[in-house]
Amino acid sequence: MRKLAYTVAVGILISGCAQYSQANEFVHIPGGEFRSVIPEAGGDNLVAVGDFLVQEAPVTNGEFLQFVLHNPNWQRGTAVSLFVDDQYLFSWAGPISLGPQAGAQQPVTQVSWFAANAYCESQNARLPSWYEWEYVAAADDSEADARERPEWRQNILSWYSRTGGEALADVRSSPANYYQVFDIHGLVWEWVDDFNAFLVSGDNREQGGADQLQFCGAGAITMEEKENYAVLMRVAMLSALEARYTTRNVGFRCARQSGLMQ
Amino acid sequence: MRWPTTVVIALAIALAACQPQPVGSASGNTQQIDTGGSAAGDFGPPQGDPIQAVLTTAPNVPPPIDRDYPAKVIVDMEVRELDLEISEGVTYTFWTFGGSVPGSFMRIRQGDTVEFHLKNHPDSKMPHNIDLHAVTGPGGGATSSFTAPGREAVFSFKALNAGLYVYHCATAPVGMHVANGMYGLILVEPPGGLPPVDKEFYVMQGEFYTVGKYREKGHQPFDMQKAIEENATYVLFNGSEGAMVGEKAIKADVGDTVRLFVGNGGPNLVSSFHVIGEIFDKVYYEGGTHYQENVQTTLVPAGGSAMTEFKVEVPGTFILVDHSIFRAFNKGALGMLKVDGEDNLSVYSGKEVDNVYLGDKVVAENLSLVSDVTQADMSGTATKQQRIDAGRVLYNGTCSVCHQQNGEGLAGVFPPLAASDYLMADSRRSIEIVLNGMSGPVTVNGAPFNSVMPPMSQLNDDEIANILTFVLNSWGNEDGEIGPDDVAEVRAATERPKGAAH
Repeated sequence: MRKLAYTVAVGILISGCAQYSQANEFVHIPGGEFRSVIPEAGGDNLVAVGDFLVQEAPVTNGEFLQFVLHNPNWQRGTAVSLFVDDQYLFSWAGPISLGPQAGAQQPVTQVSWFAANAYCESQNARLPSWYEWEYVAAADDSEADARERPEWRQNILSWYSRTGGEALADVRSSPANYYQVFDIHGLVWEWVDDFNAFLVSGDNREQGGADQLQFCGAGAITMEEKENYAVLMRVAMLSALEARYTTRNVGFRCARQSGLMQ
Repeated sequence: MRWPTTVVIALAIALAACQPQPVGSASGNTQQIDTGGSAAGDFGPPQGDPIQAVLTTAPNVPPPIDRDYPAKVIVDMEVRELDLEISEGVTYTFWTFGGSVPGSFMRIRQGDTVEFHLKNHPDSKMPHNIDLHAVTGPGGGATSSFTAPGREAVFSFKALNAGLYVYHCATAPVGMHVANGMYGLILVEPPGGLPPVDKEFYVMQGEFYTVGKYREKGHQPFDMQKAIEENATYVLFNGSEGAMVGEKAIKADVGDTVRLFVGNGGPNLVSSFHVIGEIFDKVYYEGGTHYQENVQTTLVPAGGSAMTEFKVEVPGTFILVDHSIFRAFNKGALGMLKVDGEDNLSVYSGKEVDNVYLGDKVVAENLSLVSDVTQADMSGTATKQQRIDAGRVLYNGTCSVCHQQNGEGLAGVFPPLAASDYLMADSRRSIEIVLNGMSGPVTVNGAPFNSVMPPMSQLNDDEIANILTFVLNSWGNEDGEIGPDDVAEVRAATERPKGAAH
């Protein structure tokens, strides 16, 4: 009887999440060429991005809970410490319960790159590449590439210039952008697949030889669009992380090749 | 050719004047002694038990080093991103070393090995690091200390050079991290320390770029465009407009020797640091080893420092400013040093004579207005218009320097008298203020002020009555007349501040 009740409770919990959470649809993004802040190896910063799909919102606590229920080896306390640090899902009440600090509709944070990657694999998807993420993030609500507009930049900076530590808003609380993608700015930082490929030096002013630069060895020196502080900060944040780190302001969303069905 | 004797003599004198002169006792510190720099700064491995560094918040400074050997010093520095007041009713999100702007002051000894722990609070949105100008090594520690939110980085360095050094965050975008307040000072004392003084304070300038105008209320975000254009909204000492004024003024006593550790975090502006009413006896310019004497204003570069020392001989309030003076009066670069003690009239007399001097404003006719009303008062027949006319002349000579000829004052410093709600609310209070002076916070026409008006002890009852009657009937103020009797009554009923008896 007791066991039955427990099973029912879990069942309600899971169906409850399903009931209240809107499906996190994959949105089609038509590819194109754009100028990235980070030049490709070889130097040119004009980057071609193919068609792809990306989730319309960051993955939520509710969605991630379903994932760990189905994949117990990714539960807090069980996940291998090579893949997560000791703050992994720390705001959750327990390994399989969210509790008051982690709303089902809030973006999941304190997840490592490994965990985010495993989640996306479970969705038959992957993390977006930096260029894919940057391409989508260039939009505002009316233009695909709004980066020249001072309002775009100031909006982003205004969010960055508020302190962290407050409860995060639910996903989709702000209007969608040009691609019908939500919360690409203004809610959390997001993991990207190749986050460690563009090692911006921890020292923004460091200069190195060309071989040392990888993609962008020297923030201020090789970074294109130096005035684009909003994106520069994003790059700096990602380059501060290692794949097992979990941080209160870092979440993720998944992407998929165009034409690949679930 | 024969040169006239006088020319030869003149040449001889001129040549003699070119000979090196013996260094006289009055010419000061002309000897430049080479202390050896970093090559002479390594005193071997650290000795004794590791020492936890004392960190202080401005304007406080940790105590001098009382140690004659190199030690291992552990510094625990936490980075916090905090909403703090930048001006009254205005908040800003500061990124801080140790929870304050400027960051915590560190004090170590040349040759010490510092084990630096940089902790980035889990609530931070940004990664941070630290570049200490006292470090010998690439990036000044920046790469080794790059720390994501919720993590801690540790690195060590040996302080090979003595001096007063700036530290700051060097994470991309560097300008923004510095503009948000990520800087502070670390003092590396030479062996034997600095000469003892009575008071030491920590003063650091930095400027801020906000979307809203100076003193626009509410939360103000960082404005990157203004930062690029170097168009500062605020220029501040110790991170907020009220950090060093009123109750928070730094304090000393007459006879003290005061040392200011002055830093400039920038990010852009160079400071012309000056203390109104004092002369720096010594300035260790650029925070280095040698000093210049008898300096009025010293230049503190962005990302640089200076140590200034001066003896305070007389009591009073001494104002610290960036003498790029609009920054002081229109952007907040003001601090106060309050010195307590007995007057020393042989050094500074206070005002001995206060004659009306009107420059080109004076015409005989104007002065006759004053004497007319004085005559009329004596015979009890002074009219309101006579008071207004005489008051205008007196006002221009006495009050207009601060309150301005149009009565509008100076925003943030001198309250307006024109269309002034504060003035019109209580005319008796106005008499008191002119008689007895006023200091502390006051709100006039919705704007806050917090400065000092000295007692106008040189004015007699007639003159005060005339000035106030003029003010009460000018620039949008309507009505009111004050007579000498009113002033006499207030004078009898209130106490004059010490030294202002008249």
